[in-house]
Amino acid sequence: MRLIEKLPQVFKPIISVLVGLSLGLLVTKIAGEDPWNVLGILVRGAFGSRYDFGMTLFYTTPLIFTGLSVAFAFHSGLFNIGAEGQLAMGALALAAAGIQFPNVPAFLAPVFGILVAVLGGGIWGAIPGWLRARRGSHEVINTIMMNFIAAGLSSWVTLYLLRNPHSQNPETDSVGAHYLIRQFSFFDGAPVSMAFFLALFAVFVVWFILWKTVLGFEIRAVGQSESAARSAGIDAAKMRMIAMAISGGLAGMVGVGEIMGNAERFRVGFSPGYGFTGIAVALLARNRPFAIIASALLFGALHKGASDLDLETENVTRDLALILQALVILCVSAEGVWEVLGDRLKILSKKKWFNPAVSVEVSEDQASGLKTKV
Amino acid sequence: MIPAVEFRRLSKSFHGVQANVDISLKVKKGTIHAIIGENGAGKSTAMKMLYGTYMPDSGEIWIHGKPWGGRMKSWSSPMDAIRCGIGMVHQHFMLSAPHTALDNILLGVETSHPFFSWLPRSLRPISRDQARGKLNRIADQFGLKVDWAAKVETLSVGIQQRIEILKLLYRDAEILILDEPTAVLTPQETSELFVQLRKLCQLGKTVIIITHKLKEVMSVADHVTIFRAGKVVGEREIAETQIEELATLMVGRKVKLQAETPPPPQLGEPVLEVSDLSLQSRRGLRNVNFQVRSGEIVGISGVEGNGQAELLQILLHPRDDAASKTGWVRILGKDTARLTTEQVKALGVGVIPDDRLRDGLLLDRPVQDNFLLGLQRRKPFSRKGILSYSKLSQEVSRAIKEYDIRPPLLQAKAGGLSGGNQQKIVIAREFKYSPKFLIASQPTRGVDVGAIEFIHKKILMAREEGSGVLLISSELDEILALSDRILVMFDGKILAEFKRGEATEKALGLRMGGALS
Repeated sequence: MRLIEKLPQVFKPIISVLVGLSLGLLVTKIAGEDPWNVLGILVRGAFGSRYDFGMTLFYTTPLIFTGLSVAFAFHSGLFNIGAEGQLAMGALALAAAGIQFPNVPAFLAPVFGILVAVLGGGIWGAIPGWLRARRGSHEVINTIMMNFIAAGLSSWVTLYLLRNPHSQNPETDSVGAHYLIRQFSFFDGAPVSMAFFLALFAVFVVWFILWKTVLGFEIRAVGQSESAARSAGIDAAKMRMIAMAISGGLAGMVGVGEIMGNAERFRVGFSPGYGFTGIAVALLARNRPFAIIASALLFGALHKGASDLDLETENVTRDLALILQALVILCVSAEGVWEVLGDRLKILSKKKWFNPAVSVEVSEDQASGLKTKV
Repeated sequence: MIPAVEFRRLSKSFHGVQANVDISLKVKKGTIHAIIGENGAGKSTAMKMLYGTYMPDSGEIWIHGKPWGGRMKSWSSPMDAIRCGIGMVHQHFMLSAPHTALDNILLGVETSHPFFSWLPRSLRPISRDQARGKLNRIADQFGLKVDWAAKVETLSVGIQQRIEILKLLYRDAEILILDEPTAVLTPQETSELFVQLRKLCQLGKTVIIITHKLKEVMSVADHVTIFRAGKVVGEREIAETQIEELATLMVGRKVKLQAETPPPPQLGEPVLEVSDLSLQSRRGLRNVNFQVRSGEIVGISGVEGNGQAELLQILLHPRDDAASKTGWVRILGKDTARLTTEQVKALGVGVIPDDRLRDGLLLDRPVQDNFLLGLQRRKPFSRKGILSYSKLSQEVSRAIKEYDIRPPLLQAKAGGLSGGNQQKIVIAREFKYSPKFLIASQPTRGVDVGAIEFIHKKILMAREEGSGVLLISSELDEILALSDRILVMFDGKILAEFKRGEATEKALGLRMGGALS
């Protein structure tokens, strides 16, 4: 306990992660696997080859965006559970633009595409932001609702408006060739594109906005104490709307990697829950932009590494990734519990305070004494 | 005689900060014992160890001659403490407003007819008659009359406090701790409370009051223990000490208790005009009319909850509650009805809010961010939306020196500072651009004696430099010392107006209670 207190802030989450992973591997032991073997498969699956590492980065990219999205909203005091819907709307908007305007000049198309994705997600995020700011309805409820609406809306648009007639799958036509951004050959075919560097750039931008600008200061002030911010003349409602719009825009950028860098089209259900994992990413990173890179990489690696478990082990499947994620999150949020635990141990060790016999004697004496008096 | 409470070399630290060091004190049975000290002196920590909320790191507590432990074995909750005969009346009452006085007292110790004893406790029907009998006996004995059937929300603060005390007596408390019991009372209610406390003592109860009001200590207590910086620095019999000595012990240096009378005001243009202002709400305002001119301090005295908060809200956030508001407000000559808070503040308005923890500070943020709050759009702190931290830390370092903010660290979290130092941050910030109109609401609440002196000086200086000041305070001493004119607010109305020197504590007190109009 003492040791933990003295370590720099950075080490606490790392220790939590290690404890969480160890507990998770212990589960595989119970399931009848060799934990070391499972760990080996996980690591090899995530980092074993150029291709594997590329896939890990491919999963990491959207998690950086959604992690940033959740963290940004959180700094304004809002809990954005709607990144999943926002990323779908961002991607759908991007796909629609790419199909409708295939002839945008090649040097402009990627920028145009990114803007459309940001706008699509941003508007979807701004709606619950507006409802919260002006109508007072809770953003948790509204963002969840907006996720369902986004799922339904994107399916409908895909199937009835932009359907790819040559495919059995629920997906749109492909976007114009100008929109495609190149993948790096280094990764032996894993779809790692410039989107990854866009994500790193977004991290920097988010950090800059939050800590270096007046806007970020005001957003964080609202998140810390709405009443203090209001008394200082900050329009809390406006700041929350802006924060939710930016948050949604960040989630919307997931579409850039998926459509411009990978699938070339919108596929219904392309996200394996990036928006929700983004909550975990932000939580582990304590909403710090740069920490989100590491946190997203961890969750990306877990996702990729676990996918090989189906083939290589008999008793555990890729769902182990979910268990590991859950345990890591539990351990991260359980730091407070450790402190209490340490406190208890400290108390127990002081014999002076642990002597039930005395207390019983005194309290009975006390009680009877009082009763006779009154 | 065996003391009712005895602390033997108690120590307690939080995260390496010593809150209490070697505290030893004895409280005699059947007396009123005052614990005084500035904010952060450790008096609350000491009492919370007695009450069982905190466990001491070392040392012992003895109750009625028996050793008592920390939370591990003996008590871990107020319920356990009360079982041992120790009860506490918190500064903020712990009452359920929509319930009756009787139900509030019974809450947690409901009695039921023996017929139902086979049912689980939480399912037994409450038998109020039995409880009422016992309560009537206690009320008669101690002279604490309350209408049992009245709902708490309809009762005055003084009566609510009485219910809190009855709650403890009903649970057979022998030792009563009262935390800042007079903070919310009128002078009349205060003296009534003191009579009741005296009676409790005569009937054998022991009373401990935690306070920072020296005058009240002198008038009610038998003994006093003085805390400073986590240590006991003195113990006195009230009969053998003076108020000046207590103040000196408490602060550690000589302090002036009364600010000198300032020269007559140099009146200028009105900075605030309030005309026929009414607000329809549960606690509304009714036809409020007054002016504040530059160069004068106008004090609004009154017990809290008589419309001061609503008035402040309208001045600062004129767009809220627009529908239920009539009349108009002009600040520095401008009708504020359509202005945002930002625009109001930009007119040159400085605000010291009464609840600085809620409205004045970002507690988890460093001192420098708190200094920036509200100034973030001004040059030189930002240019074109980009913050300049180098300018900020220069300015904050200067403010820390000028206002003697401790610890003198830019990065110290505001929530960790003492009340006085927190208030200094607020004042340094609000005074940065010499406000033309200053609203100071309870500017010295929860602030230590040394800082009170400083804050009063700053407010008087602002007045001399030509600011108009609206001072809202429930501390009569403060109102009397600072105000050029005094308005008394009761039930959303302005009941009376006095000029400096015309008002006495008694005259104000009576009007604060609504007795004269």
